[in-house]
Amino acid sequence: MNVNYSDEDQAFRQEVRAFLKQHLPADIAHKVLHGKRMVRDDFMRWQRILFDHGWGSPYWPQAYDGMALNHTQLFIFEGECLEFGAPGLIAFGQKMLAPVLMAFGTPEQKAHFLPRILRGEDFWCQGYSEPGSGSDLASLKTKAERMGDHYIVSGQKIWTTQAQFADWIFCLVRTSTEGRAQQGISFLLIDMKSPGVSVRPIIMLDGEHEVNEVFFDNVKVPITNLVGEENKGWTCAKFLLSHERTGLNVVSLCKQLMQRLQYIARTEMADGKLLIEDPRFRDRMAQCEMEVIAHEMTLMRTLAAMTKNGAPGPEASILKIRGTEIAQSIFELTMYAAGPEALAHLPETFDANWLGNNIGADYTATTAPNYFNMRKLSIFGGSNEIQRNIVAQHVLGL
Amino acid sequence: MEFSLNGEQQQLKDSLERYLAKNYTFDLRRKQLAAAPAPNHWNAFAEFGLLGIGIAEQFGGMGAQSNLGGTGAAAEDTMLVMECLGRALALEPYVATVVVGGSILQYGAENNGSDGNDGSKARCMQLLNAISTGSVKVALAAHERQGRYKLSYVATTTTKRDDGFLLNGHKAVTLHGDSADTLIISARTKGLVDDEVGISIFLVNKDALGLTIRGYPTNDGLRAAEITLNNVHVSADALIGREHEGYAAIERAIDAGIAAHCAEAVGAMAALVEQTLEYLKSRKQFGVAIGSFQALQHKMVDMFIATEQARSMAILAALKLASADTTERRRTIAAAKSIVGQSARLVAQQAVQLHGGMGVTDELPISHYFKRLTAIDMTYGDAHYHRAQLGEMMLVNP
Repeated sequence: MNVNYSDEDQAFRQEVRAFLKQHLPADIAHKVLHGKRMVRDDFMRWQRILFDHGWGSPYWPQAYDGMALNHTQLFIFEGECLEFGAPGLIAFGQKMLAPVLMAFGTPEQKAHFLPRILRGEDFWCQGYSEPGSGSDLASLKTKAERMGDHYIVSGQKIWTTQAQFADWIFCLVRTSTEGRAQQGISFLLIDMKSPGVSVRPIIMLDGEHEVNEVFFDNVKVPITNLVGEENKGWTCAKFLLSHERTGLNVVSLCKQLMQRLQYIARTEMADGKLLIEDPRFRDRMAQCEMEVIAHEMTLMRTLAAMTKNGAPGPEASILKIRGTEIAQSIFELTMYAAGPEALAHLPETFDANWLGNNIGADYTATTAPNYFNMRKLSIFGGSNEIQRNIVAQHVLGL
Repeated sequence: MEFSLNGEQQQLKDSLERYLAKNYTFDLRRKQLAAAPAPNHWNAFAEFGLLGIGIAEQFGGMGAQSNLGGTGAAAEDTMLVMECLGRALALEPYVATVVVGGSILQYGAENNGSDGNDGSKARCMQLLNAISTGSVKVALAAHERQGRYKLSYVATTTTKRDDGFLLNGHKAVTLHGDSADTLIISARTKGLVDDEVGISIFLVNKDALGLTIRGYPTNDGLRAAEITLNNVHVSADALIGREHEGYAAIERAIDAGIAAHCAEAVGAMAALVEQTLEYLKSRKQFGVAIGSFQALQHKMVDMFIATEQARSMAILAALKLASADTTERRRTIAAAKSIVGQSARLVAQQAVQLHGGMGVTDELPISHYFKRLTAIDMTYGDAHYHRAQLGEMMLVNP
């Protein structure tokens, strides 16, 4: 057994670092590292830079001009990006839609859409959830009726992350009401500029605009935008989810958050001493620390199993549950570490150009909004209760 | 990174599992506890070579290299043996004699004898040889009443005499102290009661004059002893290693013991997960298997998650045991023991709960696993103690 990264992995890490040092724009890194508000151009500009230097497709196989990084390299790549303050790659196009297109798309779809994702030309969003279909996704009602060479789509999607930035949306739509609910679902690509598409912001509890409602009012969609067979969209959706099993492990995020928490605990004073000198606080911090260590090791076991067998072991299914629980507990402790000044609600500090004075320290203002906002972690991507159902059924056979 | 067993390890695991499944059944264990005729496992362990794991070949052991608390390979072997023993709920003093005792004796055997204790070097070598053949058992008496888990708390005194030392004091809850042929005792040769410097290690034969060993069963069916030293005279060749400098060797030996017990706990937890899962699938109420109820499924998933986290930490503990960086070793061990303690408590309590009334009977193995896991948490520092230890290390070494 061996818990160390190989020499090749270490060399790869250096390569990623050198690239980020040289090419990551300082203004974007500043926004990411200080929790400032991001705009569409930040993401697209960064994707274009990645593409121009051969880093545009870390997740893709070589057949699609991808870098074909292995699981360990991807983990290293994402960890270093986080560390340097690079925005995450726009997951909806890169990590979610692209694998579906590669597996189920027509040659024309692949040829048209994949390069545009790489070059940072199309911003994609995901149209899955509906007001009446959250955890019970298969009950979705957004309807697509076949009319000659196009579909007419009517209905509503909700919780659509960054739809306000998006050029395109990939949607699960109902093309049939016969048989089991899963059987009448199709996977459709819709141009957000189509007449009849409208986007309404949903303001989150931290006051920020991150998710949306997307309405479809008799939207005309060419049948060439159907991915896979009609009524077989559930297969695409499941395929997409299986690709994402380990994607939400948030290990690198947790490690970064712990560093920040350490910094805050060594800056804040309590009762004439540094906060970290308070054994009661330290206990809570140590609890987070050891959970991160254990979680990272579980991820390492998963990565090793995937590299060896091509498939993750049963431990992979718990990564989303544990990762999000741990991250939430660190966000929570970070807010308490920042202290009473975290009460101040200062949305203006999210603006990258804001030049006012802080209340508390420079890290204080974001701690409470982050804590509030990150409650989403255990809800999105399949709530943690749904994840437990999946483990119960598919791993434990209950 | 690589976390699978090599060929030899797999072979050892398979043959040990086969032996235990046949000869260490729950019924035979019960006989052993009742002092009724039962297989003598210690001899079998010797034949398997288990008693020489981690003991260098030049001292009669199996280990390829010298092992102060575990080279990588030896610690991995110990881990897989302990996982098997945990599943079997083994009662033998394996950790006390081979892992902890072996670690300290090896320190004594490898000491260069520059300060005139060549005699103890020879005794340590003899003891190691005798341990690996199964003819001798040892136990480390390092803890004292009021010191709880703190290894530097040593109030046992020494008085130097021309021909050796006189020892006086009391050693608390010495695991398997009443089956040991030789006790390894920490005593203070200088400094204050809490100082790390000034602790020396002595070999004391079980029949030494002035030595009282009060043995008793522990809640889990294993054994421990209170040891009283009343003017116990030991000769100069009883001093292991350098005078005043025994602390590091004791700490390293206990760390090896902790890593071993973590693996043992994982074996016990894995057995509880399997047996509880089986029960959920077979026990019927309201006309259905109780495993069809979501409330119970989610508890079961949490047991599974906790076991995988504990497994991650048991592996990491074994792999970091031989780390040249003491801080890294200590951090990992503290985090591992705390995570394993917390996981063990959750898994064992829920296993009892999910078995309903049967879970609190003596009849099923469930309650026996519960008691053993509880005892493991309280061995060499419980989850709270080690969380505080990790916190201390985070304060000193960010």
